Amino acid sequence: MYVAVKGGEKAIEAAHKLNAEDRRGSERYPELSLGQISEQLTLAVDRVMTEGSLYDRELAALAIKQARGDLIEAIFLIRASRTTLPRFGSSLPLETGKMSVRRRISATFKDLPGGQILGPTFDYQHRLLDHDLAGPSDLEPADTAPVDVDQEMPRVLDLLGAQGLMEPPSGQNTDHGDSPGDLTTEPLEFPASRDVRLQNLARGDEGFLLALGYSTQRGYARNHAFAGEIRLGEVSVEIVPEELGFAIDIGEITVSECEMVNQFKGSKKAPPQFTRGYGLAFGHCERKVMAMALVDRALRAEELGEDLIAPAQDEEFVLSHSDNVQATGFVEHLKLPHYVDFQSELELVRRMRAEASAPSEAAE
Amino acid sequence: MTSTVGDNGQTDGYNFAYLNEQTKRMIRRAILKAIAIPGYQVPFASREMPMPYGWGTGGVQVTAAILTPEDTLKVIDQGADDTTNAVSIRKFFTKTANVPTTTHTGDASVIQTRHRIPEQELREDQVLVYQVPIPEPLRFLEPRETETRKMHALSEYGLMHVKLYEDIARHGHIATTYAYPVSVSDRYVMDPSPTPKFDNPKMDSMPALQLFGAGREKRIYAVPPYTKVKSLDFEDHPFEVQRWSEPCALCGARDTFLDEVILDDEGGRMFCCSDTDACEARQQAGSPDDLLDQAS
Repeated sequence: MYVAVKGGEKAIEAAHKLNAEDRRGSERYPELSLGQISEQLTLAVDRVMTEGSLYDRELAALAIKQARGDLIEAIFLIRASRTTLPRFGSSLPLETGKMSVRRRISATFKDLPGGQILGPTFDYQHRLLDHDLAGPSDLEPADTAPVDVDQEMPRVLDLLGAQGLMEPPSGQNTDHGDSPGDLTTEPLEFPASRDVRLQNLARGDEGFLLALGYSTQRGYARNHAFAGEIRLGEVSVEIVPEELGFAIDIGEITVSECEMVNQFKGSKKAPPQFTRGYGLAFGHCERKVMAMALVDRALRAEELGEDLIAPAQDEEFVLSHSDNVQATGFVEHLKLPHYVDFQSELELVRRMRAEASAPSEAAE
Repeated sequence: MTSTVGDNGQTDGYNFAYLNEQTKRMIRRAILKAIAIPGYQVPFASREMPMPYGWGTGGVQVTAAILTPEDTLKVIDQGADDTTNAVSIRKFFTKTANVPTTTHTGDASVIQTRHRIPEQELREDQVLVYQVPIPEPLRFLEPRETETRKMHALSEYGLMHVKLYEDIARHGHIATTYAYPVSVSDRYVMDPSPTPKFDNPKMDSMPALQLFGAGREKRIYAVPPYTKVKSLDFEDHPFEVQRWSEPCALCGARDTFLDEVILDDEGGRMFCCSDTDACEARQQAGSPDDLLDQAS
């Protein structure tokens, strides 16, 4: 008769098998290959690499396949695998000014040194379902750029900075030879420094940051943002091995970067000038880096002497709840058994109800 | 706290007990600090584990850091060895550490638990590892970590006493039944994890070392052996544990925490021990109570 929790072991095994069957789906269709995922679901792979904090397209594709397309589950798989990897050190700061650019736009200047390069984007496409894609499709090759895109492209915010209109970048502790903070090896502490905040946001859930960034545009800590520059392309990663003592190039990664320009009327702490919000992600994650830049700027409220009035400015609130692996774990753990706690509550409610129905005794 | 150094004892391509030695060392340092300051929450760089946050990643990391190949592991959830998550965690350590496991409380050297303390008294050579969801006892009174850390530093626990007092004023008694706050060694107020308050008295002067791991919240805390653990209360409203009017329907025990099992949709129900090992041991020993009558 007492069978409720028995047989857990067999049930788990059967559940794994069922899940594997559902993942495979009907055998009428060929099984997905990792190449198909990494080449044809590129933006999903990019998101998993970014929020999973691991630049590896093949592993991200594997995670997406294993997670049946659930990206948060895939991010979780990547994070768990990342835990077991040894850390060799930190890279030098990425030089995104030297990026080989695939896309580079500025919403603040019509033209600028290096030019506007639209690159691959959905932005000006009508969102009409393309039924031709339902079957195999023919690809028309894209035209090559009429101008040289390999020229140096100075960053828009540096152009403003040269005129003294833009605050200098903050939070650079690399001048002191310190390596940047790392949330994955040090617990988050408040108040967090900007490098740690940015790392938290880079790993943070795109949807959460999107909603928070959106809230700043709707008056909850409005900071009058302009997309100073968004760029996508390849940058080289350099490290300085201790035994060599000079920098070596260890490879190229694709990143998206967004620098927001925010109006700032000045405060007791700082003169009127434009201020910055920054976003960076692996691969092509444009929505993510824009939202991240808005939230980064909102989180600088205290530093800039602004009034703290909205959730997006609240460091503890934002940084404690941005991680979707943590969030999904704790929300979903509610499906684990809670018999014991519930039993305790049940006993209490029954006792309180009994007391309530016998008022003369409880009156003392 | 001795352990094999280096990458010995590899299983399935993973280091012994999954975590690499560097990470284990970091966790052991946090554990040592926690033992040195009973009840104080030590921040540690919690890692992502291959099970979700909320499934006991804190407990798993603590267990992984203290486990040696000579250990025997027991894992319980809600007091039972065969609940799905306990099965899953036990399997994880069988696979990654290849340590023997047991369901017998007396045979285990390390016991990882969620929501219960075993009914059988623990010994000096045992370690009890708790899985903790929210380590901060003041969290639901004050959501900010910066504030609660200050309150602990200053032993400023007035807010907690006010909360308990308001319970009494409203209900006539303290309306907290699990995660009932305790004071450790007369200094730090501590969350015993969501164990029922029934288990609180067992924590006091327990011969075994008690370690608490909160993975998502990145905190470790500890109660060293034979440490005073007092449930918060008032002189005129002393701390009390839950009591059941019926004994366990399976073993007849009257001094254990009972789960309620719903038998039908007409209000039929039975009560039985939440600690399955204690219950089975008692059934095998043949309890003096006439069991079958009780069970009907």
